[in-house]
Amino acid sequence: MDVNTEAKRILAVSISKLYASRSQRGGLRLHRSLLLSLVMRSARDIYHSAYAQAAAEEAAAAMDREEDKEVEEEEDMEDVFESETDSEDKENMNPSRHSRKRRGNTSAAPDFLPSKRARLEPGEERHAVLLGAVVPLGAMGLGSCRVGESLNAFSINRVAMPAC
Amino acid sequence: WPGVGSGKLTEDMQWCFSQVKGAIDDDVAEADIISTVEFNHSGELLATGDRGGRVVIFQQEVENKSVPEYRSEYNVYSTFQSHEPEFDYLKSLEIEEKINKIRWLPQKNASQFLLSTNDKTIKLWKISERDKRPEGYNLKEEDGRYINPGNVTSLRVPVFRPMDLMVEASPRRVFSNAHTYHINSISVNSDHETYLSADDLRVNLWNLEINDRSFNIVDIKPANMEDLTEIITAAEFHPHHCHTLVYSSSKGSIRLCDMRASALCDQHTKLFEEPEDPSNRSFFSEIISSISDVKFSHSGRYLMTRDYLTVKIWDLNMETRPIETYQVHEYLRNKMCSLYENDCLFDKFECCWNGNDSVVMTGSYNNFFRMFDRAQRRDATLEASREHNLPLQLLKPRRVCTGGGGGGGCSKRKKDEISVDSLDFNKKILHTAWHPNDNIIAVATINNLYIFQDKVSDPDSADDLSASDMMCTI
Repeated sequence: MDVNTEAKRILAVSISKLYASRSQRGGLRLHRSLLLSLVMRSARDIYHSAYAQAAAEEAAAAMDREEDKEVEEEEDMEDVFESETDSEDKENMNPSRHSRKRRGNTSAAPDFLPSKRARLEPGEERHAVLLGAVVPLGAMGLGSCRVGESLNAFSINRVAMPAC
Repeated sequence: WPGVGSGKLTEDMQWCFSQVKGAIDDDVAEADIISTVEFNHSGELLATGDRGGRVVIFQQEVENKSVPEYRSEYNVYSTFQSHEPEFDYLKSLEIEEKINKIRWLPQKNASQFLLSTNDKTIKLWKISERDKRPEGYNLKEEDGRYINPGNVTSLRVPVFRPMDLMVEASPRRVFSNAHTYHINSISVNSDHETYLSADDLRVNLWNLEINDRSFNIVDIKPANMEDLTEIITAAEFHPHHCHTLVYSSSKGSIRLCDMRASALCDQHTKLFEEPEDPSNRSFFSEIISSISDVKFSHSGRYLMTRDYLTVKIWDLNMETRPIETYQVHEYLRNKMCSLYENDCLFDKFECCWNGNDSVVMTGSYNNFFRMFDRAQRRDATLEASREHNLPLQLLKPRRVCTGGGGGGGCSKRKKDEISVDSLDFNKKILHTAWHPNDNIIAVATINNLYIFQDKVSDPDSADDLSASDMMCTI
């Protein structure tokens, strides 16, 4: 199985483990949560870079195709223009036309092409790719250990209550 | 050949079955799952803890001189409930009663003492024998009823009379409320006055006599928990130097701390770490490099660490890399994805030294356990199984084959071979212990405790299985 698919599968498995560990007896285990988050981070990084690479490659390929198409079109149009107009229309035939080509090379991509972004926004990516809601790595399990922080509060406030 | 009657061990240590403790049926109750095994300092007592919070202590019977092979029969000595499930109302969390670790104190008087711990609370237990009781009171009957003083016509002095041996366990100290995270280790100091307890982020120092105060000596909690990258997985005191302790981390490093340097040992004195082999990098590199156990050698010169696939021996004088690395089950490296899915990749295996630090042992799957003879550079895979438990039956070495092709590359003829795909990952040996002075080992499967001993070299009784005394105890 290719790395990409494996990364996705590992991410899915990890998330389900994380949620399952919340209902485990004895509460969230810090060690386990940490290891899970590290695995998820590796899988996510690999998945992102694979996806970004694929997207970049595809966009670049599409750009090349578009470029060629534009070049052909312009050549045709130039032929047409040249045949129709005189040199007085040179101002209409000047570099601005060529600049259309250059513009196609840079930022403004046509609508029908996927946006060519080398780096995908993390939040966006997660929502787009992963199934279901995703808890940001930093805030899950690990953060909940702050709850019982103060040992003083722990010992003073804990009052044995009869089970109802 | 060993010398006749010299008792010398054969060059190839051979192990035989001695006893098995625990229920036979396959339906395992969760409470019966063994969670820790520990011999005391003389080896006479063997303690086990389970998930139900119980401690069972076995005592070695005095050597049966007429049958020298039966030198190691362990019988139940004491059973008690060490920890109960608790509920933390502040966090709405249940605290498991599972016994994580047991450590014996060196014996000082007629009573035995041990420390047992669950995730949050450590308890000091006194185990004492009572074999006499006072009889002949003037004002009380033998059953405890009070006599009408008007009926007493003479005086007598009560005397002690023998009674059936009773072994009592009583909690002498309860050390609680010092750990926010889950306790993974306890270790008694060589000064016999203090001990340490370690959780995921902190190591605390206690005095055995004082239970309402502990000193924090290591704290690796980051200011922002979101920056957490590493936790403490095990900790132990040096066997002879009461100022030295080590703790291992989930990143595969071991830190040695000297308490004389400062009160807070956040700055390590030594850092034992081996650079990662980049060719082995995978999604699961962090999990398999996490150290699950760390043990000083009896000499105090070496450290042993266990991570998922290997056992490593470190020389305290060399921090850059281990001096020995033993592959426990390298054939699992290609199975890590499925081991991750079935949670086996999170299993925490322990390891132990033999009495003279020449052999180390650790567990694996399929009820296999591994021994590495450091001096001889040999290793063996043995199995703890009820199929091979005739008295003094020799354990045959097992082999896991990994080759491709039909049958997993295993030779069909050899029944001691098994292919990786046939391994039973539910049968795991996480806890093992070695008698401090003898070649007797205790190996815990999920809910059974096996005791094996090495074959006593005696030409007269070689392979003699005709002894009628039963050895299997159920």
